[in-house]
Amino acid sequence: MNNLLVFPLIIPLLTAVALIFAHSRVMLQRWINATGAVLNILAAVLIVREVRLNGIQTLHMGGWAPPYGIVFTADMLAALLVLTTTVLSTACLFYAFGSIGRERERHYFHPFFQFLIVGVNGSFLTGDLFNLFVCFEVMLISSYALIVLGGTKRQLRETLKYILVNIVSSTFFVAAIAYLYGVAGTLNMAHLSLRIAEAGQGGIINVIAVLFLIVFALKAGLFLFFWLPGSYSAPPTAVKALFGALLTKVGIYAIARTFSLIFYHQPELTHSLIGWMAMLTMILGGIGAVAYSDIHRIINYNVVIGIGFISFGIATATKTSMDGVVFYLIHDMIAKALLFLLGGMLIKAAGTSDLRQMGGLMKRYPLLGWMFFSVTFALVGVPPLSGFTGKLLIIQGGFASGHYLWTGIALASSLIVLYSLMRVFIGAFYGDEEQPAAVQEPVRLKGLVSAAAALLALILVIGIGSERVYSYSSQAGGVLVNPAIYTDAVLKE
Amino acid sequence: MELMMSIAVGILFMVGVYLILTRSLLRIILGTSLLTHAVHLLLLTMARLKKGAPPLLGEHASAYTDPVPAALILTSIVISFGVTSFFFVLAYKAYQKLKTDDMEQLRGEEGE
Repeated sequence: MNNLLVFPLIIPLLTAVALIFAHSRVMLQRWINATGAVLNILAAVLIVREVRLNGIQTLHMGGWAPPYGIVFTADMLAALLVLTTTVLSTACLFYAFGSIGRERERHYFHPFFQFLIVGVNGSFLTGDLFNLFVCFEVMLISSYALIVLGGTKRQLRETLKYILVNIVSSTFFVAAIAYLYGVAGTLNMAHLSLRIAEAGQGGIINVIAVLFLIVFALKAGLFLFFWLPGSYSAPPTAVKALFGALLTKVGIYAIARTFSLIFYHQPELTHSLIGWMAMLTMILGGIGAVAYSDIHRIINYNVVIGIGFISFGIATATKTSMDGVVFYLIHDMIAKALLFLLGGMLIKAAGTSDLRQMGGLMKRYPLLGWMFFSVTFALVGVPPLSGFTGKLLIIQGGFASGHYLWTGIALASSLIVLYSLMRVFIGAFYGDEEQPAAVQEPVRLKGLVSAAAALLALILVIGIGSERVYSYSSQAGGVLVNPAIYTDAVLKE
Repeated sequence: MELMMSIAVGILFMVGVYLILTRSLLRIILGTSLLTHAVHLLLLTMARLKKGAPPLLGEHASAYTDPVPAALILTSIVISFGVTSFFFVLAYKAYQKLKTDDMEQLRGEEGE
């Protein structure tokens, strides 16, 4: 029992409630929101420290011991993801201060932002499947509001599709939970793990597992990403960065958790399905990233490629690749948020999102240019930056498990990332300015640059200190490979 | 009884999916609403239906109804009501602004 675990939920929740009352006073809202965000980081750091020192922490709501009642569980994976979430959402918040506009701030941007964090943190920390659904819904309802806030025509039409896709997938989620409850008679993840290990993973469980995979793949944008490029182009940059960094990764976390803890008995069926979906995701995402010259689209398809790469690590499921999955997940969340923020600044500076009409920005925005250059190399996985270690571990795991074709495609996807982002870098920052007449006075980007610079510094720190971060991600990977650690910690107290 | 419920769930799913595949936004929302209700019935059915026993684990209970599905459905109903009402408001707003409720005309992403 450790009451610390409730803080990543209760702090944003209370902050959001306070923010609702302050909605007409923008400056007050900013202060409250920033304070809440910083407190949240502190709580997350404490949890990571606690898990590091004392192993997996659990919290039994209302004193009901598992398998009854609601249980919160923080293993190293959950703790690290909560920490990453709080840190990068704070950076996005500071970016939002300078870019979101007073009109949106007055119409409850800040409370929805914090409610989104409640849902995301809850999804990472919860220890039973139905609560996972509830936290997903908290997160999704806030995301519906955030994506439509502002009410432009484009936002309205994209939100309609986004909501429809998510309602249908949530419906399937509840159906899958119903089937699983009918078969196993429990929804506590640790208890489920034991029950299914006893009874064996037969045909019915396999069907349920695939149903879960479809649901989570829809949320994560793994293969079923048809809704993602459109929906993620609609909202303003700060919201886009939050979505790209957090929402899809929650889906990936759910896949990693359920398929390492509950449905791990028949990897030749479930995990190879994940693997093939990951391959198709990388290939199709790669085609998308190269095909378009709209900055929004290029970045969105890069999110898709990242999802495919992480899922490839989950599919191979060796200790090395699981360590890599955790490491790369953290890196990818930060780097994708940074990529969206830089993309937003780029569009603001150029006045258009069409790559073909950009050029020559290097003269006026050298800092922006070099930051974009660095994040490109971080995403590709060049050593001093944070992408390298995770990518190396996942690739090593892929070779060790003998999936040579998959590993080859995964390696090739890095080249596609490099090509698509370098195309943006060269197209936007070199050459001549296409329309000198349309160039206004330089856009003020100072406040925005500092938020992005903080994330870039984080990428650099994680990259240089990968030895230390690896020791944490290795602890998380250990739980993913050996479910007994998780079930023992939750059920035997 | 379970068989009847399964058939009812199946029919609700059929109608829901049919409505979602139509072009009118209003029908699509009603379709999602029917789908979620189908799923709630499914949740109820999967925990096995029982008559005449309270959902309490008494001292010497020989039979009791499983309370968990009821709790789950309650939570899920609240969520689905919230989402459906939000969807209705959004559809109304979109109809006002985009001047159409035909999903065929809302395809693509171009235009502001």
